[in-house]
Amino acid sequence: MIQVQDLEPAPAPRPPGNAVPPTQADRDALEHTWRDPQGFVGWFSAINHKTISKRFLLTTFGFFVAGGLIAVAMRLQLMRPANGLIGPDLYNQLFSMHGTTMMFLFAVPVMQAISIYLIPLMVGARSVAFPRMNAYAYWVFLFGGLMLYAAFLLNIGPDAGWFSYVPLAGPEYAPGKRVDFWAQLVTFTELSALLEAIVIITTVFKLRAPGMALNRIPLFVWAMLVTAFMVLFAMPSVMLASTGLIMDRLVGTHFYNPAQNGDALLWQHLFWFFGHPEVYLIFIPGLGFLSAIIPTFARRPIFGYTAMVLSLIATAFLSFGLWVHHMFATNLPEVGKSFFTAASMLIAVPSAVQIFCWIATLWTGRLNLKLPMLFVLAFFFILVLGGLTGVILASVPLDLQVHDTYFVVAHLHYVLLGGAVFPLAGAVYYWYPKFTGRLMNERLGRWNFWLFFIGFNLAFFPMHLLGLKGMTRRVYTYPAEMGWGMLNFTATMGALLIGASVMLFAINLWRSRTRGQPAGPDPWGGGTLEWATASPPSAVNFEAIPVVYGRDPVWETADHPPSRPEAVAGLATTAREQLVTSVLDAQPDHRQQFPQPTPWPFISAGATSALFIGSIFTPWAVVWGAVPVAIALTIWFWPRHDETAVNVALEKSA
Amino acid sequence: MNRSRLGSPQAESLALDASGLPTHAFGHRNLMWWGTLGLIAIEGTIFALTVVSYFYLQVHAPKWPPNTPPPSLLWGTLNTAVLSASLWPNHLLKKAAEHGDLARIRRNFIACLAFSLVFLAIRVFEFRALNVRWDNDAYGSVVWLLLGLHTVHLITDTYDTAVLAVLMFKGPLESQRLVDVSENAMYWYFVVAAWLPIYAVLYLAPRSW
Repeated sequence: MIQVQDLEPAPAPRPPGNAVPPTQADRDALEHTWRDPQGFVGWFSAINHKTISKRFLLTTFGFFVAGGLIAVAMRLQLMRPANGLIGPDLYNQLFSMHGTTMMFLFAVPVMQAISIYLIPLMVGARSVAFPRMNAYAYWVFLFGGLMLYAAFLLNIGPDAGWFSYVPLAGPEYAPGKRVDFWAQLVTFTELSALLEAIVIITTVFKLRAPGMALNRIPLFVWAMLVTAFMVLFAMPSVMLASTGLIMDRLVGTHFYNPAQNGDALLWQHLFWFFGHPEVYLIFIPGLGFLSAIIPTFARRPIFGYTAMVLSLIATAFLSFGLWVHHMFATNLPEVGKSFFTAASMLIAVPSAVQIFCWIATLWTGRLNLKLPMLFVLAFFFILVLGGLTGVILASVPLDLQVHDTYFVVAHLHYVLLGGAVFPLAGAVYYWYPKFTGRLMNERLGRWNFWLFFIGFNLAFFPMHLLGLKGMTRRVYTYPAEMGWGMLNFTATMGALLIGASVMLFAINLWRSRTRGQPAGPDPWGGGTLEWATASPPSAVNFEAIPVVYGRDPVWETADHPPSRPEAVAGLATTAREQLVTSVLDAQPDHRQQFPQPTPWPFISAGATSALFIGSIFTPWAVVWGAVPVAIALTIWFWPRHDETAVNVALEKSA
Repeated sequence: MNRSRLGSPQAESLALDASGLPTHAFGHRNLMWWGTLGLIAIEGTIFALTVVSYFYLQVHAPKWPPNTPPPSLLWGTLNTAVLSASLWPNHLLKKAAEHGDLARIRRNFIACLAFSLVFLAIRVFEFRALNVRWDNDAYGSVVWLLLGLHTVHLITDTYDTAVLAVLMFKGPLESQRLVDVSENAMYWYFVVAAWLPIYAVLYLAPRSW
């Protein structure tokens, strides 16, 4: 019998294991083993989850600023009646780019980006699962976003709205390449998001520190886990829809062409089957931030942990049953619409459960009103307003009155900015010291907060009234006789205030890197595991992986019985070895060798981008473009002799 | 600053020693299993939504198929038999990987790849027996999409299998590579299992209307 051993390299010397507590030699060796390579090629080879996350965050912030500047341009055009600043064609591109940027290039990816930094720290892991795929997902995302903006600068930016309804976006009414770039952007970003979802799910299920049973993981991790599962089932829908759209446009299929038995509403169904869960893909991470920030500043464990987890899961399930409430103005059966009204009302229940749990936590805690908490309180105010208009829009007759008006624009900004961007800003203030080792400036932060809060309400509250007065979405101008001038002027002033607040935020982010007050490992007195690492964490995160006995391990270390193990010993210090634990109870199961840095994820992402962009111009790009992708992925996968020799040594020592 | 709070200085004797744990595990204990399962969930959702789109278009059409005869049964049915039969060497391959028997692994890899060549060749005839082009009408579009999506899976799975087969002949090997072989076989199960409902939709649904 031929054995695997016949093709094994001779084992290298066995790498030494770490001690508990780790010695200085252990620390130095681990730092050397896990850090990203230096130099030009090294920069493209980086796979450490913290490096990738920081690049990802910077990229999404860049797109946020770009999308925000586009919004300011639109507001300047609408500032007064019959304004001639921006013409209708450019305006169409601007609102399409704004929506597409904020939804596909900012809101979902920024949540995944921050969580690939935090989740390994929170669950006590040295890396995310599949670190190379994580890097690949980042590069694909970056190239997709750059493609969209390159197209926009060349005057071929999308112009059919962020949801590209057919027939407007179909071959007949949208000739040229504009919508094709939109459709491929969706392919890029959804591929990236789907891969990140797999990374997050596997990390949370398999790489938790021993003892961190599923009912002990931090609520933020639960929120991102639930989000990742939603991504798996929601994003394929928009990928399929946009593939059908681009095929209708490029190879003459008829998915959405009623003249050949196609159906324009099929687009709306597929789009909103993704699009409504998408809202919750943005909102649920926001809930996760709140559940991380509130216990720290209330200085007590969260009230109702189990109810919170069940609410997250219930929200995720219900969010898949709401998509038709975006289609109340279509000819669907009225009975069916009533069902979706009921489901839309029902989803308020799990959201309310969480809000009551937070209030109970704050009520019974000892409040510490630091900057992150201000953003949390703003969330309560803004989200409640957005939720109330949501209940109005969920009702068919009311929705028909304000459909496609600025009332909807007001509602969605209240929900998305209140539900996600305010908590996100709070989260940045909260975790910035973990990322950089320094606190952000409190005074600048308060200016940032108040300008943002006042500017936000000034910009978006008048839009409710504009909608009720009949101003429709996506108009590039309006005559003075409509009487919308004053409210629009107010909204534009609000938008400028938001712009100023974002500028202060950016200045604060930049300056505090070097001038901020040193933070130490746990500046806020938090209870979850990321606060047990250095700020910023070492390349390996945990020199010795901790053993966990409760939901807030940092708070619980003070009063434990002295006779239980505190950390894991014996993991290699000169090889990338990670402990893998069981899904439910996080019992130690086996040791896994993690891959070395390599530029091949970067090269594979480049090849993938060539395929996607090429296919905008010729369908044959799918065929010839697949060859470099296959080659790059194969080299990426192919095991190296020297690494295998080390792995064999570790295997033999078991 | 650089020290974990949890590593208290006197805990030398209170460590959980991981050095004796195995370095690989099959099935749901392994990371690769979860990664593969994630891909299966994504691609299964894509197949399911395409099937839903098919029936959505069908219920809105006055006649189905609108302008053409349904696909001819011969090649599709033959391929269903070939795909189902390929499960046997695939199953043996998975078992061989779990036993670390390299000779059997190699043998079954060759059998699986032989099956691949056969079902890919038959797939060409299947496209030609659809009796409709993708640009005839929406029926043609969704039929080509469904068969096309599944064919992409056949091609990628064949390529993955071929790469792993070469590795099994050339090395370098370690036990983790056996896990890769086992997960590749799981993915093959999925590609075949996904075909059965697709076959029913493509070949039987237009006949039962």
